[in-house]
Amino acid sequence: MPYLGGEETVRELRRALSNPNVQSDQLRYRNTILKVIRAMSQGVDMSGLFSEMVKACATVDVVQKKLVYVFLCSYAALNPELSLLVINTLRKDCQDPNPMVRSLALRNMTNLRLPSLVEYVEQPLAAGLRDRAACVRRVAVLGWAKLHNLQASSEIDAAVVNELYSLLRDPDPVVMVNCLRALEEILKDEGGVAINKPITHHLLNRLKECDIWGQCQVLRVLQRYRPQSEDELFDILSLLDASLVSPHPPIMAATLSLFLSLCSGQPAVSLAALERVRGPLLAACGSGSREMRFTALCHIQLLLRSIPGLMGAHYKRFFCGYAEPAYIKQRKMQVLVELVNDENVAMLLDELKGYCTDVNAETAQAAITAIGRIGRSYSDRCLEILTGLLGLKQDHITSAVVQTMRDLVWVCPQCSDTVCFALEGCEETLQDSQGRQALLWLLGVYGERVSSAPYTLEVFIDGVRSEASLGVKMELLTATMRLFLCRPAETQDMLGRLLHYCIEEETDMCVRDQALLYYRLLHCGIEETRKVLQGRRSDPSLGVLIGRPAEPVSQWARSFNTLEPLRQGSIETESVSRGSPEHTMFDPKPNADLSNTLDCSRIEKVHSDGDGRCSDSSADILASSVAAPLSLSLFPALSPEEFERLWLQQLALHAEQEEAGKEDFVWMEECVRCPTIPRCSPQSLQAAMQLVNIQTLAFTPPQTLPWRVYLYTHTCLDDAPHSTLILGELLYTGEEPQKAEVHKGSADGGVGAEGIEDEQARQGMEATADGGQEAVKVTLRQQPRDDKALKGFLSILTTVLHTLSSERA
Amino acid sequence: MISQIFILSSKGDHLIYKDFRGESGGDAVGVFYEKVTALTGDQPPVVMSHKGLHFVHVRQGGLYWVATTTADSSPFTIIEFLNRLSALVKDYCGSLSEKSVQMNFALIYELLDEAVDYGYIQTTSSDVLKNFIQTEAVSSRPFSLFDLSNVGLFGAETQQSKVAPSSAATRPIQSSREQGGKSEIFVDVIERMSVVIGSNGMLMKADVEGEIRVKCYLPNCSEMRIGLNEEFSIGKSQLRGYGAAVRVDEVSFHQMVRLDEFDSHRILRLCPSQGEQMVMQYQLSDDLPSAPPFRLFPTIERDSGGRLLMYLKLRCDLPPKSAAINVAATIPVPKGSLSLSQELSSPDQSAELKPQSRAVVWKIPRFTGGMQLSALFKLEVPGLSSASLLEVGPVGLSFELPKLTATGLQIRFLRLSPVQPGPSQRWVRVP
Repeated sequence: MPYLGGEETVRELRRALSNPNVQSDQLRYRNTILKVIRAMSQGVDMSGLFSEMVKACATVDVVQKKLVYVFLCSYAALNPELSLLVINTLRKDCQDPNPMVRSLALRNMTNLRLPSLVEYVEQPLAAGLRDRAACVRRVAVLGWAKLHNLQASSEIDAAVVNELYSLLRDPDPVVMVNCLRALEEILKDEGGVAINKPITHHLLNRLKECDIWGQCQVLRVLQRYRPQSEDELFDILSLLDASLVSPHPPIMAATLSLFLSLCSGQPAVSLAALERVRGPLLAACGSGSREMRFTALCHIQLLLRSIPGLMGAHYKRFFCGYAEPAYIKQRKMQVLVELVNDENVAMLLDELKGYCTDVNAETAQAAITAIGRIGRSYSDRCLEILTGLLGLKQDHITSAVVQTMRDLVWVCPQCSDTVCFALEGCEETLQDSQGRQALLWLLGVYGERVSSAPYTLEVFIDGVRSEASLGVKMELLTATMRLFLCRPAETQDMLGRLLHYCIEEETDMCVRDQALLYYRLLHCGIEETRKVLQGRRSDPSLGVLIGRPAEPVSQWARSFNTLEPLRQGSIETESVSRGSPEHTMFDPKPNADLSNTLDCSRIEKVHSDGDGRCSDSSADILASSVAAPLSLSLFPALSPEEFERLWLQQLALHAEQEEAGKEDFVWMEECVRCPTIPRCSPQSLQAAMQLVNIQTLAFTPPQTLPWRVYLYTHTCLDDAPHSTLILGELLYTGEEPQKAEVHKGSADGGVGAEGIEDEQARQGMEATADGGQEAVKVTLRQQPRDDKALKGFLSILTTVLHTLSSERA
Repeated sequence: MISQIFILSSKGDHLIYKDFRGESGGDAVGVFYEKVTALTGDQPPVVMSHKGLHFVHVRQGGLYWVATTTADSSPFTIIEFLNRLSALVKDYCGSLSEKSVQMNFALIYELLDEAVDYGYIQTTSSDVLKNFIQTEAVSSRPFSLFDLSNVGLFGAETQQSKVAPSSAATRPIQSSREQGGKSEIFVDVIERMSVVIGSNGMLMKADVEGEIRVKCYLPNCSEMRIGLNEEFSIGKSQLRGYGAAVRVDEVSFHQMVRLDEFDSHRILRLCPSQGEQMVMQYQLSDDLPSAPPFRLFPTIERDSGGRLLMYLKLRCDLPPKSAAINVAATIPVPKGSLSLSQELSSPDQSAELKPQSRAVVWKIPRFTGGMQLSALFKLEVPGLSSASLLEVGPVGLSFELPKLTATGLQIRFLRLSPVQPGPSQRWVRVP
């Protein structure tokens, strides 16, 4: 911060400091120095007074000494030569009979941070390690760490390291903890201080002597320890049990971290530990300090990922207080959404409804989003509240409600009737672009059910010249096109005007290109347009049906008790999709609408000139493996509900028809060795599958067991008259691949003739592989039956999986 | 591990800046303040990052207490430390404000120097620190309890003359050396209560978070015994004595409290160190032993002129002997409310429309038990619709109740050993 008159002040202070009258008067001298420090901490550059301050250092007044040291340590780096003058005084102070003066001198000697002074500092530091006063030893131990970091390239002095190790047995607990800290820094390249069994047990035994900061440090260092036996592990755990429920949140958190790292191989014990910290964490949530409350809340969110029911009974503790800051309220609402169940849903929604009119617009929007999330399971009640909120006619609330409704309809299409009804008339209150985009998307997709849709769009089209938001314009184009398809008579005229404006007058390239694209598309005929534009109306994944499974603790254990959970964007805000839902869903495949009928001959091209995801060799394999010209297609699209119905129905039919022996569909099971597949991210898997026109419908998250993916596609062979539908499931249980006989037994009824071939093929594969490989079980159902197509499909799928897996490895 | 610590005023003035490790360099303070001012809300998030620099801050006494640190450090530890640091500064300087920090910056540098070395927390115990801290605190105004007699506190001399105001304990712990030593000890029972009452008058939620705090100015106090109500019980199952038990759900104690007499006689034994300590914390949720101290009966309607009429009746259900002070009711009102006209039942009350927070604040300085007050507010709201009525409420009430706790927890006695020489005076403090 610029400080006017800074130079004037410096000059005046210099005059005062060198005035012998001031120097002789203890109190005046000290007050002048106080003024210097005050100006310094206000940001005025005081480095010009360095030599005067060096002189002021030689005094018997401890307070003055301390003040001068504050100054010297701040400016030493700017005046390395003058700093040499201080060293003499400091070294003399190191011999002082008063331990306080000794520790002060030693600490500031190392705080000067001048590599040129290292040679003068080493001797007093070495003496400091053997000082009889604990406060000097504390400073000396850390001094070595400072010294090491000053000259990081120099050799580590083994004698010092040994001495530090021996000081771990120092009677003063702070010296012991400082030794740990110093060794961690000095031996950073070797992975920190050695944590072996004797040191661990020594530290654990002395844990009680330390204050909370020391305990946290020790617990943190111990995370590296690996107990040698299960008995030892449980001894340590029971020793630490009291710390786990400590009333001090830092100790509780550090202990839980340690528990999680010690028990990484024993999920059951980790889960028990999580149950145990529920009480202390909840108490921290009610702490007087709101920052502490916030920290505890963020960590509770982590715990809920593994035990969703952990806080179920305590949902009232997460109701927002009246005067709490917005960041706490928003986190609390995120937690509340997780805790909802049949008993408390009415209470929770009532509470959330109260937050929707919060003074803070962000809090209000977060509350509305939270209601939308609950709406996925309790849609009727939530829609009632959301519709009621529209009546407030406030722009930020209406905008949030419309966005929430869009997200809700995307996931739960059954809500669309209520939403369409509620949409009437809310365009007048919408101000921001996000809200208007959401409204346009809804009008486009459900235009045939909103009677006033063409009129609403007309208002938008009339105002398009003054429209500033790019997103709104793009959304308007798409919505008008979609509405044109279902209500051509009302929309044709305005569509013409909009396209004309966008092509002729619009300056933004994106809008213009999209308008041109639609224009040309209309030239291709109405059927083609319909194919391209009428995509999905709902989420293609089965996320809602399957629900969010509990994650293993190991997923987040590393980020527990770090700053990670407290950061803004770190929590997965699934519902905050700000564009239209299908765009966010299809990120890996931006031109999803246009490439629905890719045939296999193009795959090779895509692969070789693609984004480097697939190597050329894999493309070759792919090409050679497809003997018959087989093409896959995603059309007609299959909704998740339809998929689920078919899948279950076929399962039942299969059981019946096994005896009958005749069937118009086939199902087969196959094992594919691709060990890293379950660890690959859903996005890359989805992208890879879409390259070959296989649609993935639902995933379990990576790293979870059993890992499943559901997918489907349509095949058509060039020589076959009709296309077939293939539904598939990839399953990875994490166990050894089952023996061939088991498969044969379970599947021989349906597999039929080619089952034997596959059997042989698989045995061939297994023969070449080493036995312990993990395998993904592929279950396919085809309807109607077409063996050739099924085989072709399987080889494509296998190739994709292998490619992905080799790229992971 | 902490790289830097700095204290900023709410306007962004640098008050204290200390760099422990000299690694991050640059203008961290400037970067932090830029990030704070760039946000629209008045409540910046606790953790902010900028190019590998992580700022963790707490707000205490209207100041930003900021630490910069690495991403893997424990937020619990850092936040606890910053809170502890502000408590230490409060103990040593008497009170916590921009002014007191500015006046005592030398003392605070000294504190920081002893509490943290090379970014590692060394100690925050005031017992240890008092041996090292040499600087005297400068307090803005010397406080003496005798000043109280000429201050007519809240207009009730007879009873109030025995009550010391909350500012009585805002003096530095070490100034006693200079002033000849006034041995005082303050024991506070503070309860924060949050109650939600539904529109039908049903009690929907009630929570009490309470704490016993001891603020000690005794230079040499070896042991202190605090006696609580004998019928004090913890948890749902346990019941002691007859009649109305004083019950709480959970209790936690400071680590220095010895509980050998707690089970039998409900006596806490401790050796307080100088400064302020939280001796005991407790929580009670859902069933309160007594009715909430206030009931509000609101009537809200629109009049013919398109104005919003709010008729509020507030009844104090305390026993007639006690009274609540500094009662403030905050009533959220529809957005865009322009002006407020008010009819209040007595001249010492006041009401004000705060457009910033979209609320009407109704203040009552003193409210005796059994009384009933009413207020009529007329609000000018352009474009008032029936839906706007949804925006009215919920009403928030804040108040102080001297000598009364919601849980019924009381301090029976306070005994010190060795016995202090000279006459002892007892005071009851207003929270």
